[in-house]
Amino acid sequence: MAKTSVANNVTRSNRKWITGYSIAGFILFIIYQFLIPWEGLPLGIYDAVYRWMPPSVINECLVYVIMALGLNIVVGYAGLLDLGYVAFWAIGGYCAGWFMSEFFYFLNIHFFGAVPAESPGIHINFWMVLILGGFICAFFGVLIGAPTLRLKSDYLALVTLGFGEIIPQVFFNGENFFGFNISNGTKGIVGVDPIPVGVKDLGPFDFGWKLLIFLLLTAIMVFVSLRLRRGRLGRAWLAIREDELAASMMGVPLMRTKLASYAVGAFAGGLGGVAFATHVNGVYAERFNFTISIFLLAMVVLGGMGNVWGVILGAFILSWVNGNGLTAFGQLYNEQFGTEVDFASFTFLLFGLVLILMMLFKREGLLPESRLKLMLHEDELDDEDASTSKKKVGK
Amino acid sequence: MANVLEAQNISVQFGGLLAVNNVTFNIPNKSIVSLIGPNGAGKTTFFNVLTGLYKPSAGKIVYGDREITDLPPHKIAEIGIARTFQNIRLFGLMTAQENLLVAMHSHLKAGITSTILRTPKQRKEEREAEEKAQEILDFAGVGKWTHEFARNLSYGDQRRLEVARALALNPKVLLLDEPTAGMNAQESQVFIDFINKLVAERDIAVMLIEHDMKVVMALSQRITVLDQGEKIAEGSPDEIKNNPRVIEAYLGKPKGARK
Repeated sequence: MAKTSVANNVTRSNRKWITGYSIAGFILFIIYQFLIPWEGLPLGIYDAVYRWMPPSVINECLVYVIMALGLNIVVGYAGLLDLGYVAFWAIGGYCAGWFMSEFFYFLNIHFFGAVPAESPGIHINFWMVLILGGFICAFFGVLIGAPTLRLKSDYLALVTLGFGEIIPQVFFNGENFFGFNISNGTKGIVGVDPIPVGVKDLGPFDFGWKLLIFLLLTAIMVFVSLRLRRGRLGRAWLAIREDELAASMMGVPLMRTKLASYAVGAFAGGLGGVAFATHVNGVYAERFNFTISIFLLAMVVLGGMGNVWGVILGAFILSWVNGNGLTAFGQLYNEQFGTEVDFASFTFLLFGLVLILMMLFKREGLLPESRLKLMLHEDELDDEDASTSKKKVGK
Repeated sequence: MANVLEAQNISVQFGGLLAVNNVTFNIPNKSIVSLIGPNGAGKTTFFNVLTGLYKPSAGKIVYGDREITDLPPHKIAEIGIARTFQNIRLFGLMTAQENLLVAMHSHLKAGITSTILRTPKQRKEEREAEEKAQEILDFAGVGKWTHEFARNLSYGDQRRLEVARALALNPKVLLLDEPTAGMNAQESQVFIDFINKLVAERDIAVMLIEHDMKVVMALSQRITVLDQGEKIAEGSPDEIKNNPRVIEAYLGKPKGARK
């Protein structure tokens, strides 16, 4: 029976992805680290790459992918609508700003940092800040979640929206936070430490190596997502997404389980935040705005809620269009037809259109999770049901 | 016989409406008891109180030697009171096996890190849980649907799967809310045999809410009748059958009986 195989595919999740992912990632790394800077490369190819997919854009896309994967755990797995995810991005970013820059100039703390010992500020090793940032975000996730997760769907979404506004605002006005300067306000924290990788320290322009690091972080998120999904917690999330009441009646503690999804999601936000800070070499409060939350949500929904590959695809496409794709297309179009249309200004018009079209024709997303597809194509399935049940009677 | 669950003088008030009024209800060990009554008598409300969904406005519930009146629903489920729902509430987009594994959630121990690292202990726990789930599915007669989505099962199988899911909690008390609703006579008979087998083989007590009198009479050792939130009768099936108050509650007063 066709339907049985659908269910089987769900239980047997793809285990071979690591091999394929490593090969693809390695090839990308070789291209961007060695092939693009190679002087023998024909200029045409070099130009094309820099127009369509420059190294900085591909790295930024990967940061979005990491964040979207984190949001997917909250929205896709546990079914909790979160409109304030940018808060975790901000907290993660400031963790990088605090712990690996000269921001706290009056201190002089070094811990396996990648800067000379005499430079002021806190300089903790990037990899440790990554973990630290993750945990601090997870802590804030629990802190925010504990009072708000008692609310149901729409109300929860509204409160998360509030938190998504409050936290960036705190940083935005953080020059004088009860007498302390926690964020440098609108000036932001400029310059974070390089990333030590043993052989060298990666500064802001080591795109190739950083690509490798971001690919690694993405892989970790995919790995964690897939593993959690198949385990005890993932099942409980799914059950809550399906029927909260029934889940609690079957012994699933709702608060704890939802908090866990918040914590894991926020942890990913922390990873993304720290990664982003190293990518842009600084932390700037005005970048953490509401549109990012919506943008990330759109990535999860368009790509296919609950399916990590769909989310990766959605995040990559949207952030690429936003970061570079539309501009590049505009350039091409204007050169071709001699016009002067400012394509980049139509980004949100395009996103709106895409969202409407997707909701009309492919609600489950580009690469949907098989369960969700089943739900959203109910009518077609019912016909199938009728035919199979007839067969059963025939037996 | 000792009682596994005692609900003492339970009252539930919704605003001005007294949905359950001072009802005392005990479930003896390894027994099958029923709660019947006309529509709106407060049966399901009473069920919801037992499972912690509603808090009673008065009275207390004792499970074994522990008072559970103020425990949250998931705790009550965890310590051994499982239920099914009047309208089936399976996790439709999860497989039969996953439905049971969710119910085992509180008995499994794997945390976030051990799940991510897939430690030998976590793998062993998962394997054992899956085996146990299969055993229960087989017992409930839906063993061939292990990897099928719950929503794809036939109505009767969904009912059976819901009981199986409740059993996965390893309960001492099983509360069934209209389990044979929508079943034909033959399916009801299969269900009666299943419940009898369940109580005979396992250390479990069953409480039924049921409208099908044939099922109630065939299964119950004791029947309690609710009407407008009040307990109007309690006794063996034979006693209940001939109780004038019960007949009155169901059929109304005979003509001229008012005087």
